[in-house]
Amino acid sequence: MEIEIDGKLANVPDGSTIMDAAQQLGAYIPHFCYHKKLSIAANCRMCLVQVEKAPKPMPACATPVTNGMKVFTHSELAVQAQKGVMEFLLINHPLDCPICDQGGECQLQDLAVGYGGSASRFQEDKRVVFHKDVGPLISMQEMARCIHCTRCVRFGQEIAGVMELGMASRNMHSEITTFVGRSVDSELSGNMIDLCPVGALTSRPFRYTARSWELSRRKSISPHDSVGANLTVQVKNNIVMRVLPRDNEEVNECWISDKERFSYEALNSPARLGKPMVRVDGALREVDWNVALDYVAHALRDVVGNSGGESLAALASPQATLEELYLLQKLTRGLGSGSVDFRPRRRDFSADDKLAGVPWLGLRFAEIKDLDAALVIGSFLRKDHPLFAQRLRQLAKKWGKVSLLSVAGDDPLIKLHAQLTVSPADLPRALAAVVKAAARLKGELVPPGLEAVEPCPISEAIASSLLAGEKRALFLGNAAEQNPQAAQLHALALELARLTGASCGFLGEGANSVGGHVAKALPTALNAYEMFAQPRKAYVLLGVEPELDCHNPQQALAALKDAALVVVLTPFADGLVRDYADVLLPISPFTETAGTFVNAEGRVQSFQGVVRPLGDSRPGWKVLRVLGNLLGLPGFDQDSSEQVRDEIAPPGQEFVAGLNNGLAALPLSLAFARSGLQRVADVPIYFADPLARRAPALQKTRDAAAPMARMSAQTLATLRIGDGVPVRLRQADGEVVLTARADETVPAGCVRVAAAHASTAALGEMFGAINVERA
Amino acid sequence: MAILGAINPMLSVGLDGDNAWRLADYVKRGGYRALRRILEGKIPQGDVINEVKKSVLRGRGGAGFPTGLKWSFMPRSFPGDKYVVCNSDEGEPGTFKDRDILRYNPHSVIEGMTIAAYAMGAARGYNYIHGEVWEIYERFEEALDEARAAGFLGAELLGSGFSFDLFAHHGYGAYICGEETALLESIEGKKGQPRFKPPFPASFGLYGKPTTINNTETFASIPYIINIGGEAYLEAGKPNNGGTKLFSVSGHVNRPGNYEVPLGTPFATLLEMAGGMRGGRKLKGCIPGGSSAPVVPAATMMDCTMDYDSISKAGSMLGSGAVIVMDETTCMVRALERLSYFYYEESCGQCTPCREGTSWLYKVLHRIENGQGRADDLDLLASVTTNIMGRTICALGDAASMPVQSFIKHFRDEFAYHIEHKKCLVPVDVQRAGSGFFTA
Amino acid sequence: MLTSESLKRIDREIAKYPADQKQSAVMAALAIAQEEQGWLSSEAIEFVANYLGMAPIAAYEVATFYNMYDLKPVGKYKVSVCTNLPCMLTGGVDAGEYLKKKLGIGYNETTPDGLITLKEGECMGACGDAPVMIVNNRRMCSWMNPEQIDKLLAELK
Ligand SMILES: Cc1cc2nc3c(=O)[nH]c(=O)nc-3n(C[C@H](O)[C@H](O)[C@H](O)COP(=O)(O)O)c2cc1C
Ligand code: SF4
Ligand code: FES
Repeated sequence: MEIEIDGKLANVPDGSTIMDAAQQLGAYIPHFCYHKKLSIAANCRMCLVQVEKAPKPMPACATPVTNGMKVFTHSELAVQAQKGVMEFLLINHPLDCPICDQGGECQLQDLAVGYGGSASRFQEDKRVVFHKDVGPLISMQEMARCIHCTRCVRFGQEIAGVMELGMASRNMHSEITTFVGRSVDSELSGNMIDLCPVGALTSRPFRYTARSWELSRRKSISPHDSVGANLTVQVKNNIVMRVLPRDNEEVNECWISDKERFSYEALNSPARLGKPMVRVDGALREVDWNVALDYVAHALRDVVGNSGGESLAALASPQATLEELYLLQKLTRGLGSGSVDFRPRRRDFSADDKLAGVPWLGLRFAEIKDLDAALVIGSFLRKDHPLFAQRLRQLAKKWGKVSLLSVAGDDPLIKLHAQLTVSPADLPRALAAVVKAAARLKGELVPPGLEAVEPCPISEAIASSLLAGEKRALFLGNAAEQNPQAAQLHALALELARLTGASCGFLGEGANSVGGHVAKALPTALNAYEMFAQPRKAYVLLGVEPELDCHNPQQALAALKDAALVVVLTPFADGLVRDYADVLLPISPFTETAGTFVNAEGRVQSFQGVVRPLGDSRPGWKVLRVLGNLLGLPGFDQDSSEQVRDEIAPPGQEFVAGLNNGLAALPLSLAFARSGLQRVADVPIYFADPLARRAPALQKTRDAAAPMARMSAQTLATLRIGDGVPVRLRQADGEVVLTARADETVPAGCVRVAAAHASTAALGEMFGAINVERA
Repeated sequence: MAILGAINPMLSVGLDGDNAWRLADYVKRGGYRALRRILEGKIPQGDVINEVKKSVLRGRGGAGFPTGLKWSFMPRSFPGDKYVVCNSDEGEPGTFKDRDILRYNPHSVIEGMTIAAYAMGAARGYNYIHGEVWEIYERFEEALDEARAAGFLGAELLGSGFSFDLFAHHGYGAYICGEETALLESIEGKKGQPRFKPPFPASFGLYGKPTTINNTETFASIPYIINIGGEAYLEAGKPNNGGTKLFSVSGHVNRPGNYEVPLGTPFATLLEMAGGMRGGRKLKGCIPGGSSAPVVPAATMMDCTMDYDSISKAGSMLGSGAVIVMDETTCMVRALERLSYFYYEESCGQCTPCREGTSWLYKVLHRIENGQGRADDLDLLASVTTNIMGRTICALGDAASMPVQSFIKHFRDEFAYHIEHKKCLVPVDVQRAGSGFFTA
Repeated sequence: MLTSESLKRIDREIAKYPADQKQSAVMAALAIAQEEQGWLSSEAIEFVANYLGMAPIAAYEVATFYNMYDLKPVGKYKVSVCTNLPCMLTGGVDAGEYLKKKLGIGYNETTPDGLITLKEGECMGACGDAPVMIVNNRRMCSWMNPEQIDKLLAELK
């Protein structure tokens, strides 16, 4: 289709709108309700333009291009229409820009300058709209500013997958609201603040803390999950005031999750560790860096010298930067230990020595939209990977058949093709059933080891969806990677991929789930589980909080308490760490250091610090480098984080090399036996990492509610426990008391008890046996 | 009987007795003969549409769009579901004809819709009935049951291969649902907010499927067209204005009610049928096509014939055929204020010019009516209406603006007097007497 | 929340629409709930939403959009008077004033004994019968001159 806009020619595909064509030409047409990611509402009427031969102005956002169409965006008719609309938008608007939080970044304010009249002809009383309390994240204090563009409503319906805001009533009394007094609970809700073109929806934590023009904008990368969302971090006086998404169509599009948006509050938390500390006579004392580092170097050398290299183990968080992970493993190996890992929540490492390369997503994020079918195995999808779930949601809305095979029936807010929920122990068996169904559908021999499983109609439906169409994908989620039979799941998924031609990959738990492999932060001796199961004399912890981040916190804590030396590199110094740490070294969170995350698709994303390190904290890579020097180890002479990175990933590389999910032969076997009640542990979204845990606003959301012991009504009945009564939960030598809650999404014979929370840290294995009785 | 008079009646022929609405009575009057002829005679779909085209039946819902042409827009070979929908959400002030059609002759609508469904290949239909006329909704449900029981609705009608089922859906108090796409949204269980067009319902209608929407009276006319033939129907009216039409006459006449007359009948005749002006008072102005149509001053009105072309020449619209008659006791400021309150109240709130503009218009008119008018208010009103008209998603914006423009145009002096003297040109007691409430 | 009789009626409404379009029955279901309970509490709206598998806020949008739904308790009888222009010309406004005086309340108010709530309505599609009013959304009363209004009030007990 050929179209002329203000004399400039554009060629656009059939079905494009005038707005599409204008954007292609770089011509700006004023608009409010239009948003490239949302359905077209055409309700604000700001985008009215003149179209040759049309008697009245047409909305550019909704008017399809016809061949040879001539559009005028600045003609008298167009401008008069736009000015008329602007006048209407302003008559009931409070015009309180000087005290409005949106001031300086308000689309209405910007456009009013160009299209608004000078004096108001509206002399009547303005509309009164009451404020609403919709939870700790979004402020709806000034709803009189709302211009009814319904972007927020459409976002909920279309992107978040849940309609929490609506426009109630009609005529000029229409107002945006939740259902009588409800809060907005979507894990993507903060995006509505960005979408709101005026100051109606604003960030509650940010409100009145700064004016937009006082803020400098710096680029960063989200450390919170494996997507590696691109961020703009806004800074005032060396303090992070706000975090916003930065458009990257291939990674996060224009969205971020609430965890990514609001965790920044933790960066300025009083729990931040300001100075190095060393335990002297039983108490932690602040010391200077050179004292602390000398102490650590001596102590490490002593332990290794007296008890051998393998008496030392090092554990990092998958949130650590590529550079930190690399230097940590180098340091550990330099001291003669192969016990280094960055996968604290893993239980089964039997695939480690069979990996054909670096495990990854199996395809690029941008390819998800073209899939015909996808199967996610073992994932609390929405809460573990909000943006990935969003992509699958859009896929399912178009044509893709998305299925979920997991250990809890949480609603992913995706139009699923099929959903199968089984206990963690039965997950391999359920996946095996899909494999078998696929083999049968293809008329192939059933792989050996799977004789005993029988496909059910759901597994058959999943298998057939994976056999149809061109592009299909399998994704192993966090609960699959953390499963005690993770290697079997991996092998079964590969078999299913082979049979169906689907890609196969891992969603990845942390920002560097792929990067840790690239940095070789992998054990050649004890892995993340064994290093606590077989207690070591000394531990180095990097950004990890074992009492919350480990597969078996009970075991980890016991080992740490008994160790002769525990060196902790962390930004925070609150909680249990004060009991077991001998040295606390304050390192910088992601905003205060340069570093690199390699996201699930293998994309290398380096970033710079956006503020100076707080107090005496230092970038982790520098601390490790100095330690290496002090210990006299070779290869610790980098001057910058870039130099460290270049040793791992060649400069200019967009994606890391060696991505491969293959496994050397691993026989399929379904021999896993279990008896009694089994624990299903989710990692609640706002307890998942040290930053989120310390973000006050996130901690006030419903997703941060204290964990309960969730069971199906039938399990409760078998145990003779009532809904809502306190129960004692026991695993090995630890016990906790929680409230029992009937929850039909929990598979039979299972108790869902969240991990990563102080109230459950005394428990053991995430997916192990558990004892429940009335307290 | 509320169809009080007729010339050459079709829709209202033979509606005597309390049971006229029943299936048996309808069949006795020749009902379902047209449907039978089509189905048993296996008349091709295209022929049915052609017959309707020949009749030059124009939509009776307000816009006057040629019905046959509309039907021909429906994709013939579309593989999925298609729908026909009847618009009985009669809420346009002054209009009350569809209520009487459904009350006295519901089967004519059922038969008309079934013929339409056959012609367009739709298997399902809905009739959206105004929420306020509840007994009509209940009666229509009963009529549907009768038709189903007699095999005029359901699977394999009259042994033909054609199946059609029809259901009633009620509104619950929203004028805007008379707008066809708001009506579709409402059937889908949402707020009645009009959709942007294109796409038009013929390609993206109910549940996203091809859909044709017509007014109750339009559908009710179909059996007669099939029975007497398109040409005969056209000749009953005048060129480009086929057939008869029901006019709802309200306001200052002696016998308010519905009258069926051929299009082209002089206004004076209609007025006479309605018993003439109440109390022998003088006609001041008339809104000839429902509240959204521009008001026409007495002299012009008396020269009009009641058809689309003549009324349009007089600067107004035949609309839904609602004739609101106002005599000299009417205060035009108060009349307009009440109308503009209606549009302000009934705006769906979706698009800016309508949501904000209708409230602005009302607030200014309310001020004027209450003696707080300002010298530049009339210019302001005119300017606000220009900023609304043609810039909204649906025609409610225009509907709210046209009365304002026309009242001010034709009765400017009265508005100016109001503003200047802070009171009405027509004394309050004269207005009061005009309503006849206390004297009737 | 609702009686089985009401649920049966709602199920009949659901059956009018394609199987995947249960939401289409929301207007009818809300009307049935209101008929049973006198008004629409948020609990009732949420119940209907869940029954039809839609978001509560979506049902709330519907309940607040159509003005025959009452989101606050009303008297035993709700009398809505049409005052739109065609009715106004033949006494609609006067009828409203007459009722106000008789009942001692204004529009959107309820008599102290909780018997009657008075509402101003928009065009009811019955302008030829003006003045018109509707009792409890169901019963249309035509040609309501003072005498007829007195008769109606005597009946509403
Ligand atoms: C604000 C508004 C209200 C309307 N109300 C009605 C109505 O009550 N009844 C009706 O049949 N058409 C009404 N219409 C017209 C319909 O949109 C549509 O044109 C009509 O139902 C088509 O049927 P027809 O072609 O048979 O006239 C209204 C239109 C607008 C813009
Ligand atoms: S709150 Fe903001 S985003 Fe939502 S409708 Fe109002 S102006 Fe638009
Ligand atoms: S941007 Fe087109 S109408 Fe709002």
